[in-house]
Amino acid sequence: MRKGLSLFNVTSLVLGFAFLYLPILILVIYSFNDSRLVAVWGGFSTRWYAALWQNQPLLDAAWVTLRVAFVSATVATVLGTLAAVSLVRFGRFRGRTLFSGMIYAPLVMPEVILGLSLLLLFVAVDLDRGFWTVTLAHVTFTMCFVAVVVQSRLVTFDRSLEEAAMDLGAPPLRTFLTVTLPIIFPAVAAGWMLAFTLSLDDLVIASFTTGPGATTLPMRIYSQVRLGVTPEINAVSTIFIAVVTLIVIAASFAMKRQFVADCTRPA
Amino acid sequence: MSNEASASRGRALVVLVPYLWLLFFFLVPFLIVFKISLSDDVLAQPPYAPVLDLSAGWDGIREFVAALDFENYAFVLGDSLYVQSYLQSLGIAAFSTLILILIGFPIAYGMARSPRSWRPLLLMLVILPFWTSFLIRVYAWMGILAREGLVNQVLVGTGILSQPVEILATNSAVVLGIVYSYLPFMVLPLYAALDRLDESLLEAAADLGAPPWKSFWLITFPLAMPGLIAGSLLCFIPAVGEFVIPDLLGGSDTLMIGRTLWTEFFSNRSWSIASVIAVFLLIVLVVPMVLYQNLQARSLEAGK
Repeated sequence: MRKGLSLFNVTSLVLGFAFLYLPILILVIYSFNDSRLVAVWGGFSTRWYAALWQNQPLLDAAWVTLRVAFVSATVATVLGTLAAVSLVRFGRFRGRTLFSGMIYAPLVMPEVILGLSLLLLFVAVDLDRGFWTVTLAHVTFTMCFVAVVVQSRLVTFDRSLEEAAMDLGAPPLRTFLTVTLPIIFPAVAAGWMLAFTLSLDDLVIASFTTGPGATTLPMRIYSQVRLGVTPEINAVSTIFIAVVTLIVIAASFAMKRQFVADCTRPA
Repeated sequence: MSNEASASRGRALVVLVPYLWLLFFFLVPFLIVFKISLSDDVLAQPPYAPVLDLSAGWDGIREFVAALDFENYAFVLGDSLYVQSYLQSLGIAAFSTLILILIGFPIAYGMARSPRSWRPLLLMLVILPFWTSFLIRVYAWMGILAREGLVNQVLVGTGILSQPVEILATNSAVVLGIVYSYLPFMVLPLYAALDRLDESLLEAAADLGAPPWKSFWLITFPLAMPGLIAGSLLCFIPAVGEFVIPDLLGGSDTLMIGRTLWTEFFSNRSWSIASVIAVFLLIVLVVPMVLYQNLQARSLEAGK
């Protein structure tokens, strides 16, 4: 690609990023609106944030969501990394096509299908619905994202390092833990974070697979949003956006460019 | 035990754990969906019949199979509500994908032409919205598009319109919501394809006297094609089954299949009809999904 931005390039970048960021910016600004009405600016206020701390159902939902996200992201990272290693390192084993099909399909599969099918499974095996069923469901769809992220890192990996370790007598597990894992670590971390935020964000699959006492934050937000726009929801959203943004920026500084590259892999 | 044997057992374990997980939590559930799509709704727990009773032995299984039928399929195909839902979903998703290409291509192109030192930052800016909540980003548009929302305020305030117009609760709002939510999925693969483009090809074309538009059309565009196809599939397939966007931004006449499935399940409590809808949706999407998977596998091979 030839260097140098034309006026057309600059305009499309500016308009593109404005389109991506203005709605979020407006949402954040209105979370500080003193007026309850969306259309009227009633002055600056943080009262909606203060009100959040009184909203016990919302806080409970946030706690459930964080726990589900933490547990499911951790399990999904282990399973997804194993899946990536199998696909990249083990050549053509029996059933490989089906395996890679099951890894790629959930990335684009409409969530209503995943949610419905998992719920029917949980009913069929008579599992009590709640925290664990949501967590199992989240592990299943997020492990595929982890697998894709880790897989593309493994593909570009210099295998001679692993071979050297094996030649020196290191058993496979030790080679993986001391040579492979440290090198692919940024991808594994990116995979964990991706799994974590996908789980935090999920409304549809959680709605199908949840049960009494395990209402997640997106479900709580959704039930209020259906009734219209309220400044409280803007305040929750702003906190959510701020936390995710800080984590992603911090991680990208800690792990430099490789992390940004790894984060973009699923697409 | 020899080292060889323990290594191969270790390998088997590495494959089997995620493999069995996906078989049980991804593949088996589809078989159950298919089975329930052949069942009838009943007022019981679980709310479908027949339920397979293995304790009755062979007779139980025979009875179970005999009670399954395609009645629900005939019902869904015969009702214009469902057929309309499928057609409208495909139409809205296809139109949104087209708009996504028109908006996403200039952005990806601008990114690929920007100085190398800017690119990580620009990439980060494209990814960040994808990491922040999907639900929240759709919600943000509800306030903007509402009758008393920002768009109407600006349009009426500047005198372009004398009356606020209804934007929220229309199909246009749904298309806008899909374009907004899926834009990173279009830009990223396009950018990846454009970034790999060999500059010397464009220089050669320029040296041979090709005007810029011609070298764009004959070199840049065809080489960006894999990215364009990947981005389109990545947006089109989930958009067809989208629930949140049509539910929050669409009107009561916005029939999209994901929303219809949701209503059947949560409001009408018809598990069997919801399952039939899911089966049909899978049939509709299986071709683009296989295409997508082949493309991904090929691009991974190319990365080696």
